[in-house]
Amino acid sequence: MSYISNTAAQREAMLKVCGKDSIEALFEGIPPSLRCGELDLPHARSEMELRGFLRDIAARNYSHLTNFMGGGFYDHFIPAAVDAIASRSEFYTAYTPYQPELSQGTLQAIYEYQTQICRLTDMEVANASLYDGGSALCEACQMALNATGRTRIVMDSGINPVYRTMVYTYTANLSIDFKEVAVVHGQSDRQHIVDELNGETAAVILQNPNFFGVIDDHSDIVSRCHERGILVIQSVYPVAMAVLKTPGEIGVDIVTGEGQSLGIPLAFGGPYLGFMATTRKLVRKMPGRLVGRTVDRNGDEAFVLTLQAREQHIRREKATSNICTNEALCALRAHAYLSLLGKHGLKEVARLCRAKAAYAAERLDAIRGVEVMRSNPTFNEFTVRLPIPAGDLIGILIEQDIAPGLPLGRFYKGMGDYLLVAVTEKRTKYEIGMLAEAVEAVLCR
Amino acid sequence: MSIPDNCSYTKTHEWVRIDGDLAVAGITDHAQESLGDITYVELPSSGQRVEQGGELGVIESVKAASDLYAPLSGEVAEANAALADQPELVNESPYERGWLVKLRDVSGDELASLMDAEAYGAFLESEA
Repeated sequence: MSYISNTAAQREAMLKVCGKDSIEALFEGIPPSLRCGELDLPHARSEMELRGFLRDIAARNYSHLTNFMGGGFYDHFIPAAVDAIASRSEFYTAYTPYQPELSQGTLQAIYEYQTQICRLTDMEVANASLYDGGSALCEACQMALNATGRTRIVMDSGINPVYRTMVYTYTANLSIDFKEVAVVHGQSDRQHIVDELNGETAAVILQNPNFFGVIDDHSDIVSRCHERGILVIQSVYPVAMAVLKTPGEIGVDIVTGEGQSLGIPLAFGGPYLGFMATTRKLVRKMPGRLVGRTVDRNGDEAFVLTLQAREQHIRREKATSNICTNEALCALRAHAYLSLLGKHGLKEVARLCRAKAAYAAERLDAIRGVEVMRSNPTFNEFTVRLPIPAGDLIGILIEQDIAPGLPLGRFYKGMGDYLLVAVTEKRTKYEIGMLAEAVEAVLCR
Repeated sequence: MSIPDNCSYTKTHEWVRIDGDLAVAGITDHAQESLGDITYVELPSSGQRVEQGGELGVIESVKAASDLYAPLSGEVAEANAALADQPELVNESPYERGWLVKLRDVSGDELASLMDAEAYGAFLESEA
């Protein structure tokens, strides 16, 4: 499908109707100060030159590092079949056509993706995807405000700090009374959270595992919230859902998360994948597109966009959100990834992540001066206290092609000596040993 | 086209009827017919205050999603719970089983400002 909607001849005809002899003449009315003027573009390059140029830029990415960085985005293995499926030309446009039912294959893939997200989270409905985990959480906040007619949101400080910043930015022009509750020993402070609930509270936002890698069963907080008509939003790590108590099991109302771990490569700024799932009761408050399965007039199975009255192209000012698209290609990758691994495969990935992380924690904890925070159970990520600023250690290890983790001082005051270490199934015993030895060499020399 | 004499009407095609202490409201036969098959009705909860001409809820049909407006100011005494599972009642019985809300504390002056059946019939003809 061509996205350039008119031809040179048509443009000519339109200009004629406007009584102008060129595009420049048509734009004359725009003051020069608002126009971009001449563009000083470099000369066109040959294919060979261009490839060399782009290769040089790409080489500036430190993609060769042995990666122990997480913080919401993880270095998981991606089967080659994911690329093969996602790059099929039938799928390889990120845009849903304006008559979506024309693309039955695309809609079927989205429908199956939605089903997988529902099964992974044990929720009743999932949408066709959002931009990323952070924006999905922002949308969940607005959804909770709309569903309850209330104005206060209580946020656990164990939520990814990047997401929290996004939530504040996204909702800056809405009058929301946000209250952040600090974690205690890396875990949700339930007493303090419950104390902050009042009649104006729309929702409590939690994350599992939280930013420190800590696993939590939030069902006690959920029941305290539900007693008062307060919704619970939980941001989750999809791989961990294969082995942990799911949001559906503990009665969460809205689930969001980052789907990058499901077959999408790490990249600065994405494109990533936000997923969102909720209960049947809240489906009409859920933003984004939703694909449904039905039968056509011949009684054959067919896929359609459904409940579109929530969307802005039907009722602009009353729409549930200004989102009117989805990350179809990234959702397709997640769909392919989950299909290839299957239920047992994903469990295996989760178990490997957890076991390797436990081994890494053990190795690091054995180093003099290093303390692994063990007051709460963790999944594939854990917090380490160092005898030196975490940034200093990272600076040295990067030179040895090891990214040992994220410096928590960047996100939390007073945590300059803390390092957040993530381990996926891709890290070998050898690599984990290399990390431990490199850390030991820095600290004990 | 049914326009019962015992109701009062708005230009936005809602009807209202006094029933004891309460005012029962819904959408007219003309409205349900124009909307087509109703698939979902979103109504306010009991205790909520509504203002005449203000938002009462949303009604979705296979053709469109439309806002509902309160024919009178008042407090919502009850919303028709049956519509959650059977929104088609609005099509089948717009003035009886397909009612939307019952309001309390409504004003006679506001009621007097609405059209009677004859005026609403004429209004529909003028719109056609």
